[in-house]
Amino acid sequence: MSRLLVCPPDFFGIEYEINPWMRLSNRVDHDRAVQQWHALMRVLEQEMGVALERMSPLPGLPDLVFTANAGVVVGRTAVVSRFRYPERRREEVHFEQWFREHGYDVISTEEDLHFEGAGDLLGFPGYWFGGYRQRSDIRVFPILSERFHREIIPLELVDTRFYHLDTCLCPLSGGELLYFPGAFDPYGQTALAERVSGGLRLAVPEDEALKFACNAVSVGKHVVLPIGCPATQSWLHDRGYETHTVHLDEFMKSGGSAKCLTLALD
Amino acid sequence: MTSEHAMNPSQERVVLQGHIIDSLVLAKVLDLILMMGGTFDLEDVHIGKTREEPSRARIVIRTVSKALLDDILKAIQPHGASVEREANCRTKPAPANGILPEEFYATTHLPTRIRLKERWVEVDGIEMDLAVRVDEQRSTAHTIPMGEVREGDQIVVGREGVRVTPLQRPSEPDVFGFMESHVSAERPHGHVIADIASRMRHLREQARLGQPGSNVLLSGGPAIIHAGGREPLTWLIEEGFIHVLFCGNALAAHDMEADLYGTSLGYGLTAGHAVRHGHEHHLRTINRIRAIGSIDAAVTSGVITHGIMAACVRQRVSVVMAGTIRDDGPLPGVITDSIQAQIAMRAMVPGVGLALLIASTLHAVATGNLLPATVPTVCVDVNPSVPTKLADRGSFQAVGLVMDAASFLAELARALGRST
Repeated sequence: MSRLLVCPPDFFGIEYEINPWMRLSNRVDHDRAVQQWHALMRVLEQEMGVALERMSPLPGLPDLVFTANAGVVVGRTAVVSRFRYPERRREEVHFEQWFREHGYDVISTEEDLHFEGAGDLLGFPGYWFGGYRQRSDIRVFPILSERFHREIIPLELVDTRFYHLDTCLCPLSGGELLYFPGAFDPYGQTALAERVSGGLRLAVPEDEALKFACNAVSVGKHVVLPIGCPATQSWLHDRGYETHTVHLDEFMKSGGSAKCLTLALD
Repeated sequence: MTSEHAMNPSQERVVLQGHIIDSLVLAKVLDLILMMGGTFDLEDVHIGKTREEPSRARIVIRTVSKALLDDILKAIQPHGASVEREANCRTKPAPANGILPEEFYATTHLPTRIRLKERWVEVDGIEMDLAVRVDEQRSTAHTIPMGEVREGDQIVVGREGVRVTPLQRPSEPDVFGFMESHVSAERPHGHVIADIASRMRHLREQARLGQPGSNVLLSGGPAIIHAGGREPLTWLIEEGFIHVLFCGNALAAHDMEADLYGTSLGYGLTAGHAVRHGHEHHLRTINRIRAIGSIDAAVTSGVITHGIMAACVRQRVSVVMAGTIRDDGPLPGVITDSIQAQIAMRAMVPGVGLALLIASTLHAVATGNLLPATVPTVCVDVNPSVPTKLADRGSFQAVGLVMDAASFLAELARALGRST
């Protein structure tokens, strides 16, 4: 059974602006956010059979809800994030504490080497992709590659709206890939095309990419994605996936959707 | 005469590692360097043997200016390219006079810097096949021949902390600006000689203003006299186009023989056939000058009135005559200890801005080896192997001409205004 780490949105809100989606003037409807989050949890637990680990929210850390950025978990090892922006750096100790309390071996990169966890490192069982330039430092990937004996293909993120790799790329359990080509430069697009053959790749249309269609949670043959992405949904159906759509627009005000709200634990 | 850029190029060695091949990160970094106007050399590309194993590339980036280099480094740094940690050069004391420490660094003829106490220091007196002596207190470095090393001299060993800068393509759009050092008997010579003449005209102006590096060096063999190049060369010297002459006993002897007897190695220069007892003329000439005591005295006393050596004395051209094993005499002033001759020639090199190596394998190769690659060099010989040998030194500024010495000098003098 898949386990995901989540954090209830008790203190979620917009308290700073560190990506193009965040506007202090764009207030979060807190009740609606709580409802949307619980709806997502219901889908994950009841429709997809996922086990959820809930960490305790903390006042003053509005983005703790985006657990994808806690770090990355490989077996019993957790690489805890080193956030680029000071606003989120305060989350690091809490994520680290959670990992330690739950028996993980915790490792971290040196102080100046930014790494934003599963937000920028995701892939297939055989190899991973690493998003860099916006948040994570490319130099972290050779270190993790050596540590975990895994190939990590760095991909430069060139569109600030897609500031984490998990906002524009989503590997699926059958080897397929959802991605938004415009978030990558021609080198990255070529590298992706050479790795994943055309039939297995969906170039998500821009309007759906901007709804964070790629920020989907994929567990087995189930995919949770934001509502309003028919082309992506239909492509997934054709490949035998069961899709679940959720309203997550309150979290989009902060630049996050389904995937950002979860962290795969094993 | 080389461009400012060629004299002040910048370079940095960076390392890129990880899965840089399939991700095209390496390709992107290299493209960035080129697009921004730099060039690169790929050193030590190690490609991972398995998918998991990361690859590693060391890239030497070269630019025409420090500012451009900084811009490029700034642009490629986010893609993981990091400047390789710079090490100071290592030195060891010379174990005895004339003996270099093991692993001594052997120089090339290219501009070279060494890293001393975290600073890059230019190596002075660049010449190939020497060692580098370091003065730690003054933070200076100078090349030194093996034979001149003194026990305890600090000599650079290994390659760490040593940087050699290849020449950039010179900016002047003349024959020296071509990247390839092409030597061919079939190539038309006219434009090459015109370009040399134009440089010489410019250098004469510079020399008259006392500018450093404006000397024209001519290194020549006696074939210049035999072939009939004596008159145009004399004219070039008298007109102030030549400032340093390297030659042997023979060139000087036959030049003065021509003045005293009208022959060169016994052949009548105008009659064109052997003169009775002509083979003795050069011996009698040498004997005469030895009796006078010096070429200078022979000229100032009016014994020698015309020719290359007379012109050199009158124009105060610096002359180094290096002896060889088959010399007759030799003439006074000929340096018979070849290491001493080398030292005397080396002392003339710093002021040289153009070198003409004409009709002598021995002197051409010896001079070529003393010159840094930054000095434009012309090698003229009827035997293509001589210019080829010189061109193979890898300088962008070596031009080879396969032609007769006399024709070359006559054409050059004509291009510089000599009426015939």
